[in-house]
Amino acid sequence: MLSGADMLVRSLQDQGVEYIYGYPGGSALHIYDAVFRQEKVKHVLVRHEQAATHMADGYARATGKPGVVLVTSGPGATNTITGIATAYMDSIPMVIISGQVMSHLIGGDAFQETDMMGVSRPVVKHNLSIQDPADIPSVIKKAFYIATTGRPGPVVIDVPKDMTTPGEEYPYEYPAEVEIRSYNPPVRGHAGQIRKAVEMLLKAKRPMIYTGGGVVLGGASEQLIEMTRALGYPITQTLMGLGSYPGSDRQFIGMLGMHGTYEANMAMHHADAILAIGARFDDRVTNNIAKFCPDAMIAQIDIDPSSISKTVQVDIPIVGPVDSVLNEMIGLIKESDIQPDKENLSNWWAQIDEWAKHHGGRYLTNDKGLMKPQQVIQCLQKLTAGDVYVTTDVGQHQMFAAQYLSFEEPNRWITSGGLGTMGFGFPAAMGIQLSFPDETVVCVTGEGSIQMNIQELSTCMQYNIPVKILNINNQSLGMVRQWQDMNYESRHSNSYMESLPDFIKLAEAYGHVGMKIEKIEDLEPMMKKALAMKDKLVFIDVYVDPSEHVYPMQVPTASMRDMWLSKTERT
Amino acid sequence: MRHILSILLENEAGALSRVVGLFSQRNYNIETLTVAPTEDPSLSRLTLTTSGDDRAIEQMTKQLNKLIEVVKLVNLSEGEHIERDLMLIKVKASGAQRAEIKRCADIFRGQIVDVTSSIYTIQLVGASSKLDAFIEAVGDANILETVRTGVSGLARGEKVLAL
Ligand SMILES: Cc1ncc(C[n+]2csc(CCOP(=O)(O)OP(=O)(O)O)c2C)c(N)n1
Ligand SMILES: [Mg+2]
Repeated sequence: MLSGADMLVRSLQDQGVEYIYGYPGGSALHIYDAVFRQEKVKHVLVRHEQAATHMADGYARATGKPGVVLVTSGPGATNTITGIATAYMDSIPMVIISGQVMSHLIGGDAFQETDMMGVSRPVVKHNLSIQDPADIPSVIKKAFYIATTGRPGPVVIDVPKDMTTPGEEYPYEYPAEVEIRSYNPPVRGHAGQIRKAVEMLLKAKRPMIYTGGGVVLGGASEQLIEMTRALGYPITQTLMGLGSYPGSDRQFIGMLGMHGTYEANMAMHHADAILAIGARFDDRVTNNIAKFCPDAMIAQIDIDPSSISKTVQVDIPIVGPVDSVLNEMIGLIKESDIQPDKENLSNWWAQIDEWAKHHGGRYLTNDKGLMKPQQVIQCLQKLTAGDVYVTTDVGQHQMFAAQYLSFEEPNRWITSGGLGTMGFGFPAAMGIQLSFPDETVVCVTGEGSIQMNIQELSTCMQYNIPVKILNINNQSLGMVRQWQDMNYESRHSNSYMESLPDFIKLAEAYGHVGMKIEKIEDLEPMMKKALAMKDKLVFIDVYVDPSEHVYPMQVPTASMRDMWLSKTERT
Repeated sequence: MRHILSILLENEAGALSRVVGLFSQRNYNIETLTVAPTEDPSLSRLTLTTSGDDRAIEQMTKQLNKLIEVVKLVNLSEGEHIERDLMLIKVKASGAQRAEIKRCADIFRGQIVDVTSSIYTIQLVGASSKLDAFIEAVGDANILETVRTGVSGLARGEKVLAL
């Protein structure tokens, strides 16, 4: 016999939860007491609930396991919304347990009452509220099941305080299985459609493989590599997909989309057959959908039927888990009498190589001696060579990191793609570092973004979390400034970061190490030194040219091939 | 084009608000909505009319199906179906008008369900278009009040929407 609070924590233990990230308060106090009286599940106390959600999110993205958050009602609950929305947009499995006022007070504007079911509804995969303490184990099981199966996503459990009262005890049993009659995620793709897609690919003259976060989430990296290598076709990936195919591989032609490589965007535009895998044709990828890939036949694999043909109408829809669908495709490709036409393929590659030469990730170094943000990222790449977890915040630094880092494995590149949440990177890095204490975890950030969750320096002090913060300090909200330069005649409305704190002193105030880098010749030795401090959080504050822009950049409302290549050149 | 979506929904707190919320979040419109428990108390049946082109309707049905509490869904407009809407309408009925209104109600097979010396309250059942036609026939000037249940419907023949 256990109280509701003890059942809740026991259920988390039995679910195999390692960490809870959270912050206590009135409605959650019975649960916090149950957390105190056990050791199996470790609780990490953050300094703001938003950070707890991003920590859980980072943990989930790196480990593939669901992240768990515990907060109180009212402000505790509402503070999690940005983090829940971030996870929702990128389909990250998370379970958020929020305290609630006692059930008889609900609806009466009680102290710290917020309708969390209502507030969270648009940004969760599902939410559940506890109506009877006896249901706690089964509701928790259900929440984890929904969060982790099909297209993953965050699930909120709202727990009124009187569901967890000490002394009111119930028989406890954690269900081994759960069945929800109205929820049956697809287990395999349609054989006929899969055959059609294979045929399309094998007959193509200018094929492209375009993959997204679904391959990372679906654990289908191995299958993707096998199929892509067997075909010899070019592959491009979205911001969310990076790492699921080795970045250094000859067939990888870079990220596509708004800040994609010239060759990836050109190849997409001119392709006659596109296989989209776990990618959702986001507007940051397609540019104007009316002009998207005019000559291409498109096959799309996704576990979520509503992702298929949502923005771009596809010719061959395949609903199913990416790993099993790709396995079937690989089998069919091996058996098939038709094989890719060698001559067509070598012409296609010649064309792509030509495009790659045309732009190929270049930028101009600054004659005034200011460091370029790209140089900082390239230095990080050189020193870590992919043996690193990188999280980012949002802005120019994020795009430079996507362009100039190369990932050889999935789950190591961790960024807020769908929602684009500034403030994500640092707590996400903390969540990863705690679970991988021996690995190097770097948060690539900007002086704007880092200040959105800077309070977590304190959490890092408490738990000794030695992440490396690489602050690409351009003294401005760089991405906003870039848009203002390009579209508003350089009127920099509120895109300055005036009165920046002394980040070094700030880091030191929390017992961490701070380093300021202003000269290119200091960059590599100092970054090396910082990365070598394995058990210290190091805040590396690198001053870079504030006027730099991210290129290529697609021209708004045009097709994929229409890009700015520098401040003066356009395709 | 107008579509009638018929949905079996878990009869749980909050399930209806998820359906309604989905329509506003995704910028779809709802023209009518009816909902009530079925013979199986664990299920509600919801009928919803909306409009949009084929792609929009396809997205809508996919998004609805994605809601955990949606058990089954059918687009009745895709096949032969029966649709019914019920209207109570209060109209002025005095003097020469009184007989005219009565005749009109008879033609539309309406029933007069409440009477005062100057007012008829008429109940009408049928497809929405029939109720619209009645409103037109009676004329705005004579109408005091109307209330409609919204559309509910079933597929014709052997097809059923059940577990
Ligand atoms: C929470 C939030 N608010 C606002 C934005 C809009 N936004 C996108 S990038 C950016 C500037 C980020 O500045 P910084 O972190 O310094 O990065 P930089 O672009 O300079 O590299 C802003 C304000 C956002 N993405 N997230
Ligand atoms: Mg900046």
